[in-house]
Amino acid sequence: MIEIRWDWIANHLDDVAEKTWQHLQLLVIPMVAGFIIAFALAVLALRRPGSVGPVTAVTGLLYTIPSLAAFAVLIPITGLSLMTAIIPLTTYTLLILYVNTVAGLRSVPPEVNEAADAMGYTRSSRLWHVQLPLAIPLIMAGVRVAAVTTIGLVTVAAIIGGNRFGGLGQFITEGLQTDFDTKIYLGAVGSVILAFVVDGALVALQRALTPWTRARTEGS
Amino acid sequence: MEQLLEFFTDPASWSGDTGIPNRLIEHLAIAFLAVLTASAIALPLGFYIGHTGRLQMLGINIANIGRAVPSYAMMVMLLPVMLGLAPVLGYDPRLGLRFLPIFLAMVLLAIPPILVAAYAGIQEVDRDLTESSRGMGLTERQILTGVELPLALPVLVGGFRVALLQVIATATIGAYLAGGGLGRYIIDGIARRDDGMLYGGVVLVAVLAIGTDVLLSWLQRRLTPRGVRIATELETERAGAAAP
Amino acid sequence: MDDANGAGAATIEFEHVSKHYDAATLKSGAPGAVDDLSLTVPAGRICVLVGPSGCGKTTTLKMANRLIEPTEGRILIDGVDIAGQDVTELRRGIGYVIQQVGLFPHQGIAENISTVPRLLGWDKQRQRARADELLSLVGLEPGKYRERYPSQLSGGERQRVGVARALAADPPVMLMDEPFGAVDPIVRERLQNEFLRLQEDLAKTILFVTHDIDEAVKMGDLVVVMQLGGKIAQAGAPAELLAEPATDYVARFVGADRGLKRLSLYRVGDIELAQAPLARAGESTAALRERAQAVDLDFVLLTDDADRPIGWVELADLQHDGAVQEADADPTSPLLDRRTTLKDATSRLLDEEVRNGVVVDRAGRVEGLLTLRAVMDWMQDERSLDVPEDIAEAVSAVVTEGQPAPPPA
Repeated sequence: MIEIRWDWIANHLDDVAEKTWQHLQLLVIPMVAGFIIAFALAVLALRRPGSVGPVTAVTGLLYTIPSLAAFAVLIPITGLSLMTAIIPLTTYTLLILYVNTVAGLRSVPPEVNEAADAMGYTRSSRLWHVQLPLAIPLIMAGVRVAAVTTIGLVTVAAIIGGNRFGGLGQFITEGLQTDFDTKIYLGAVGSVILAFVVDGALVALQRALTPWTRARTEGS
Repeated sequence: MEQLLEFFTDPASWSGDTGIPNRLIEHLAIAFLAVLTASAIALPLGFYIGHTGRLQMLGINIANIGRAVPSYAMMVMLLPVMLGLAPVLGYDPRLGLRFLPIFLAMVLLAIPPILVAAYAGIQEVDRDLTESSRGMGLTERQILTGVELPLALPVLVGGFRVALLQVIATATIGAYLAGGGLGRYIIDGIARRDDGMLYGGVVLVAVLAIGTDVLLSWLQRRLTPRGVRIATELETERAGAAAP
Repeated sequence: MDDANGAGAATIEFEHVSKHYDAATLKSGAPGAVDDLSLTVPAGRICVLVGPSGCGKTTTLKMANRLIEPTEGRILIDGVDIAGQDVTELRRGIGYVIQQVGLFPHQGIAENISTVPRLLGWDKQRQRARADELLSLVGLEPGKYRERYPSQLSGGERQRVGVARALAADPPVMLMDEPFGAVDPIVRERLQNEFLRLQEDLAKTILFVTHDIDEAVKMGDLVVVMQLGGKIAQAGAPAELLAEPATDYVARFVGADRGLKRLSLYRVGDIELAQAPLARAGESTAALRERAQAVDLDFVLLTDDADRPIGWVELADLQHDGAVQEADADPTSPLLDRRTTLKDATSRLLDEEVRNGVVVDRAGRVEGLLTLRAVMDWMQDERSLDVPEDIAEAVSAVVTEGQPAPPPA
């Protein structure tokens, strides 16, 4: 029923590597850009709590738009360049990164903030040295979801990408066009595996960044 | 911009098989059918998990897997399977090419959010309430339908909201696999370099998604008992004010 | 008051300080307001602000490090108006201890303690040395606690670290807001005692807030009772407040048992002791009767060769006229020493059939007897209300409310 030609895969490993690499690029660039924007908006939320409602609504709106439409929208403007994919991929990360970053920053216990102020931390040093480290668990939860979602969305980008971009999704479209099962599964299963690997790496990163969460409580 | 207006003002756009009303119906029909089918599986299972507290791990795992597998990948993986099964199960292979993979993928993707909403919604109902109901002599079935379900309704609607949006987006992509629905305008628009059609599709799809979201959000809010709504509003206000 | 450390203690002065909140903030539950408060905390002393919730005591405290800015009035630390100073610099020179402690969960204990030194730019070695020094000071073994995280410590240990952190840069002034409130009573008493001992060495100027009058009386050199509306009802040394509450409100706040509370302020050593009729085994009962009569008692106190008490001998019980034996003695209630508080002493006196408490010195030798009468006489003696000069000065400078209407029930 389904024919997987493992020999074909073995012969085209460099192609696999190239497309995986592109997939990763289309993951990292939007995540970084999305995080910077989301973080800036989250810091704004600290100063002006009233901004949370509108920002959540706008980023939520962007998130609601079906992915195919979002990718297609920019074609007449940015053509078939990487930007056509990167911009929507970035906006899709915004909602989850923003909501989680705000939640993370707000999760800092009020007495910790009060003590930091009373010790003589300036507002910005308090943000970087106290609030941000303590917000990492919630932020990373958002990063993980955003990363996995983005990896999935990159495959959709291949639909409009012609043969220019789409990472492993390109295997899918090529496979569909040529009725070649092996490529279809390579692209589909490959992107799922990639998602698991990236998620695992992010979990390891989070653990490395937050040694205090693993401290064992001893009854004294 | 003018091309967009052209698309919408052209009467041809509104008539026939390829007209907007028809495509809209196709899109909505498959979406609702998928959600219905998913509900038939997810709701009973979710209520069981939520009410009895058993099989929690199963529920959590389904939710996680649902998040990890992207809709497009799921569809395309199902495609050769559905094609291959056609001679075996005796249905028209064209169904296997167009309808089945898309439909199945939509059902599978809709199950996790509905399942999670079902058991989380039931679990959120105060244990004290169910205990006292039991004490008063209500049967388990009566507790589920009379007490837990009504209180879990807003959460359920929230789950349907997520599922429906997911399914609408998946159906849009499904157009690439020669399916129908509003996504066709986008795919065809790209293929024929017809910017008007392309943007027309984008607008239609976006409006459908946003409209569904707004409608279900409103419904969710309406269904939340007034006391709960005020409490959550106060909490969000205070959470905002607490940030110095 | 002489300070042993380099940083001199400084005074804290509140001059007609007020804090008003507008209607909108009041609705969302703002802390209490403060109304025209003037107060001087003498250098090296503990001043306790005590009162019911919402009376403005925490607001007053937080104005001293500008976590809250006053609407009117000036606050001076060491004679300098704090409004003119850079606020972060000001705060780095003030120690701050709060009830929930507020240790940074993501930093180790040593890192937490050296927060202010780090902000001030001390080099790593100096920071480390200071952290170890402070850990020992608050009774935590440096080797064991240095690298731990706050989540691994008990409530009492965390509060000790909180105090250590506040002391790190050796600030002249400390602000403490119900610091011992979050621990159980046994731990609380220990922390209070240890802190008082620390203060004997460090002589910091401390503004301390509590709602517990017992804590106020125990910790404070100067106690300021506040009432709703942010006004001072009365300020004074603990003894004054308990002996002579100025208004009904203060009397009620201090408690109907204030007489007993006063007892905890004094010690056996403050009072003149009565002579004890001593006896040794082997002495004749006749001689003992004489001795007892001389001090108007029916008992003698049998001691050993080193003058340590063995027990009371009731003369009426002695059947024989011969020598008195050890077996004739009944044991006394627990012994008192000069450091025993009058409250504890009185409690033991109530147990003692003889109605005399035996006071011994550090070696266990009998020094004298304490009677309930002597205690009563002392409590009514004016000398029991003697107050150090700097406290008296501060008290006379305080503007109180006079005779306010009683607060709503």
